[in-house]
Amino acid sequence: MDFLNTHLLSLILFTPAIAALVMLFLPNEDRLHRWFAFGVSLIPFALTLVLWNNFDPNATGFQFEEKYTWYEAIHSSFHVGVDGISLTMVLLTTLLTPLAILASFSVSDRVKPYMMLFLFLETGMLGVFLALDLLIFFVFWEIGLVPMYFLISQWGSANRNYASLKFMIYTMGGSLGLLLAVQMLGVLFGTFDLVTLYQQWNSLDAGSMLMGMPVSTVKSIAFWAFAIAFAVKVPIWPFHTWLPDAHTEAPTAGSMLLAGVLLKLGAYGFIRLVLPLYPVEAKIFAGALALLAVGAIVFGAFGSFGQTDFKRLVAYSSVNHMGFVVLGIAAAGLASGTADAHIAMSGAVLQMFNHGLSAAGMFFLVGVIYERTHTRNLNDFGGLFPLVPIYGGILIFTSMASLGLPGLNGFVSEFMIVRGSYQPLTVYTAIAMLGLLFTGAYILKGIKNVLHGPMNEHWAHGEHKLTEINLREILVIAPLMALMLVTGIWPMWILDIINKAVTALF
Amino acid sequence: MTTEILIWLIPLPPVLAFFLIVLFTNRSKALSHTIGVGAAFLSWLGAMIVFVRALGVEHLAENPFTSAINWLPTGDTFLKIGVLIDPLSATVLFFVAWTVLMIFLYSVGYHNFGQPAGDHDHAGLPPHGATVHGHTVPSVEPMYSRFFAFIGLFAFGMFTLVVSDNVLTMFVGWEIMGLCSYLLIGFWYGKESARNAAIKAFMTTRVGDVFMLLGIAFLYSVTGSLSFKDIFSEEVLHALASVPTGVFGLSAAGLIGLLLFIGTVGKSAQFPLHVWLPDAMEGPTPVSAMIHAATMVSAGVYAVIRMFPIISLDEKTMTVVAFIGAFTALFAATIAVAQNDIKRVLAYSTISQLGFMIAALGIGAYVAATFHLVTHAFFKALLFLGSGSVIHGMEHGVLHTGNHKVDPQDMFNMGGLRNKMPITFWTFLIGGFALSGFPLVTAGFWSKDEILADAWAHGHMIVFATLAIAAFMTAFYTMRQITLTFLGEARTDEAEHAHETPWTMTAPLVVLSIFAVGYGWVGIPEHFPGLGGILPNWFHEFIGSMLLEHEAELEFNLIPLATSLIVALGGLAAGYLAYRNVKSPAEDKLQIPVLKNKWYVDELYNFLLIKPAIWFSEVFVSKWMDKGFIDGILHLFGPATGGVGSVIRNYFDLPVINQFFGDGSAEVTWWFGRNLRPIQTGRIQQYLILSLIVLFVVGGLLYFLLMA
Repeated sequence: MDFLNTHLLSLILFTPAIAALVMLFLPNEDRLHRWFAFGVSLIPFALTLVLWNNFDPNATGFQFEEKYTWYEAIHSSFHVGVDGISLTMVLLTTLLTPLAILASFSVSDRVKPYMMLFLFLETGMLGVFLALDLLIFFVFWEIGLVPMYFLISQWGSANRNYASLKFMIYTMGGSLGLLLAVQMLGVLFGTFDLVTLYQQWNSLDAGSMLMGMPVSTVKSIAFWAFAIAFAVKVPIWPFHTWLPDAHTEAPTAGSMLLAGVLLKLGAYGFIRLVLPLYPVEAKIFAGALALLAVGAIVFGAFGSFGQTDFKRLVAYSSVNHMGFVVLGIAAAGLASGTADAHIAMSGAVLQMFNHGLSAAGMFFLVGVIYERTHTRNLNDFGGLFPLVPIYGGILIFTSMASLGLPGLNGFVSEFMIVRGSYQPLTVYTAIAMLGLLFTGAYILKGIKNVLHGPMNEHWAHGEHKLTEINLREILVIAPLMALMLVTGIWPMWILDIINKAVTALF
Repeated sequence: MTTEILIWLIPLPPVLAFFLIVLFTNRSKALSHTIGVGAAFLSWLGAMIVFVRALGVEHLAENPFTSAINWLPTGDTFLKIGVLIDPLSATVLFFVAWTVLMIFLYSVGYHNFGQPAGDHDHAGLPPHGATVHGHTVPSVEPMYSRFFAFIGLFAFGMFTLVVSDNVLTMFVGWEIMGLCSYLLIGFWYGKESARNAAIKAFMTTRVGDVFMLLGIAFLYSVTGSLSFKDIFSEEVLHALASVPTGVFGLSAAGLIGLLLFIGTVGKSAQFPLHVWLPDAMEGPTPVSAMIHAATMVSAGVYAVIRMFPIISLDEKTMTVVAFIGAFTALFAATIAVAQNDIKRVLAYSTISQLGFMIAALGIGAYVAATFHLVTHAFFKALLFLGSGSVIHGMEHGVLHTGNHKVDPQDMFNMGGLRNKMPITFWTFLIGGFALSGFPLVTAGFWSKDEILADAWAHGHMIVFATLAIAAFMTAFYTMRQITLTFLGEARTDEAEHAHETPWTMTAPLVVLSIFAVGYGWVGIPEHFPGLGGILPNWFHEFIGSMLLEHEAELEFNLIPLATSLIVALGGLAAGYLAYRNVKSPAEDKLQIPVLKNKWYVDELYNFLLIKPAIWFSEVFVSKWMDKGFIDGILHLFGPATGGVGSVIRNYFDLPVINQFFGDGSAEVTWWFGRNLRPIQTGRIQQYLILSLIVLFVVGGLLYFLLMA
């Protein structure tokens, strides 16, 4: 028991990767691989529940910290820990991974490597959320890319090579500046430890010189190096065009995790690194960041409305929703220390969690219909509601969560972001309302073109007969729906932890 | 049970019914409607108990029933949500509970419970009738259970809105109703028109909602609270009135009020966001009655009444409110006179009457607006349900003759229904007279008269005149409707074979008509000649106590009274005289294209807003910006990288590395090899001679170098 408590984070982090290696030695039996991967992915989830239970929301700083020597030559150590913000993200990751694996039970092509990649992916994502050492952060940041690249390029649909390459190159290209800036920090202070860096980097005298330049200039450059890496990942406008391609081409479960968790890495980077390391720059450049965020909100909504491919429509909706996260972050950067900042930032973190639920749910539902019809073209559907009433009800429910209907989760976080951003960024918030309006337009377009209309004869009979969503699929979506409803009605269960962490940090 | 807990419980039964029906009982129609109606009854019961208890409290406005809990942690504080019953919410709760219960009951009959399933009915389309023993009879709605689930959720939204003690949960209820409105208008989603109407309703109201959300964010930022108790305290109101915003010269109160009011413009279908409501008539009639007459559209007005302390702080905002209201009242009335669809007339009439209330609020007539809100909810719900009953009767006729080309909603296909459907006729007549403001006996008279009297007394002559004209037109189109529908002779075989609807539909009509008459008596002005003072003006006392400054009872003035008598009676008479002999639309002189086409507002919006938005999304953002510009730049990287690569290969790797160093060094070695080859002859003598030469040369060099 003691070992469990002192090594909880390592266990959560490495169980999936170790299990993936174990899978190498399992006999070649698809059923076994599926159930093994699913069963194993429940372990981090169970451990996260233990973590959640033992976490003390009132304590400041990081908890369950572990620190091991790792790369002594450059003073990088394996340092992990959680606070209220990362805990939320860890919960999201460990929840979505088993569901994504369960959603993949219908995959029959090369099941073993497929499942292994998912488990590796989970470790990669968790590492980013848990890391308290810049170099470790960067390592996991890049590790997460690899499994996703192969998932898209091997199990994706028609245009997968283009999409996977674009995803890989774009994200890696964006991270180059981050790598350099991370190196610079490491060289300057002789450590990559985040907790130490927060202090030392911020206590540098702004007027002094660093590498031949004033500290403020160096910091500005480093700020943008960080910001661009994360901006590509979130993604905010105009760095978003990899997303519709990657999401659309990825296999269903890949899209679930891509939208559900991977995008959060970028936003998490802003929260964990950019704002604490560059409080001054975050204030100066808040307007620029907010402008890009509003661009994502507005153009994301319009872009989504303009699609005829169901999956692309959902993909663009992620741009729209993640824009709100960045708007909240920009407002928190601008107004740090005020109640506005706390509300905006709590809203942003909650929005990350909420978008994880609703985007994963939406992509899954698109996958359900795609698997049966082999088309994603909205014009091929219409009038499916009488054929698949249960699926229809679930789709409307999830769409409404995505739309931000009060009573469901999305509303709470969007309301908090709007409330928090209103005072510091009034004009941007007002423009963002245009995006909120068109959120309605694209969601209703999706429902109309898929479900509504006179009963669709094409999918009603014979070989094209559309079958209702099955029990396994309902089991995938049901936990998400339950969480959407609970969070919408009683957000306190998660916001309490987020709010306390945010209040202490910003 | 304490009253506070009871208030918390009021909204819950319908939402539980929603989940029960959706998850478990949707296969059983009887069970589903039992749960649905039962839930509405429980809420009604709770509401009545709370209402009676509220009446028993002295100075309820100062000591309301209230209870709140922490909901959202915001930094070091919490956003609280809770319930509140003060005179205003008690009054609204009363009429909401009654109309909701009646409409639930009515739905049982309207959707043909107990009838056989249709021959060719599909989910998503209205039932087409079933054949029994060679006769065509009405068939039961295929999605019967689902309907009760949806209206249950809707009722939850409305009750939540009413019992809220803060703007946020009010907004939650508001939006849930918006969703249900969408789901219910699009209930028969197989119809193209219903589908489009549902989206139009949702999107148009959402335009208002995003402004409202912004207003709420603003209000919350400035005051740090959203509960009515805090934001309507004197210090906060004073602060709000004194902070300038720099937008149109409005104070913070003015801008917040304006933003919230735009939400109401959407929800209560005021100009210019009125376009959704007439189309919303695509939904089943109980929906039209509930959403578009009694509750949801009333919620918009309720929100303005609730926010009145803030809105009334800024003159400019009040002027906007008054203008929008008065204009809408007249504008919608002009369209109503040219409509032939029995429900569309009522739809425009609703817009117009809501305009009356908004205008009343704009001129500060708080009590009069609230009074009209309540009476209107009763008589308009009655009229909608009555029109549903008429349509149902007509559908019966259509099934009888089998001629499905006859539109059962077109008033020109009706006529003479008073004998076929007596209960529907008399109750509709009561509702229609209440709407017209028929003097003394109807509730509509007292509330409308009070608005006019207020406008007159406070010198708002333009509003007074506009509303008076609108009131005249109201009476006119109402009588037109009654004449065309019920009076004269049947104009079609279908009307000839229409017959009265079952008790589940007529009973609600009777109950509502009692309120359409009786509710007026609780608000008879004290100084009204003859009748004033016989009954206490309870309504004025009760609602008036909500305001910090109690409105004084108006002095009696003959001019507004005479005006309301003339417009009501004159309009009714004119309507009857003009239409008693009209047989077909061709004889109707008011079928003017511009009115018939609703002043072309839909066409204008389509041209100015919808088409450009679609173009912007599909072409500008998707094609030009993302695929063209941004991806275009990204795609430059591919060829550019390739270009750099091929330059390096063609101009460095190939010539320098490969040819110069690589091939070059091989070449040199090869050259040496080739040129040295002749000396490899294999002859011993030559080798020895060469060795000798080398020996001499080396020896000579050594000698030379060492000795010298």
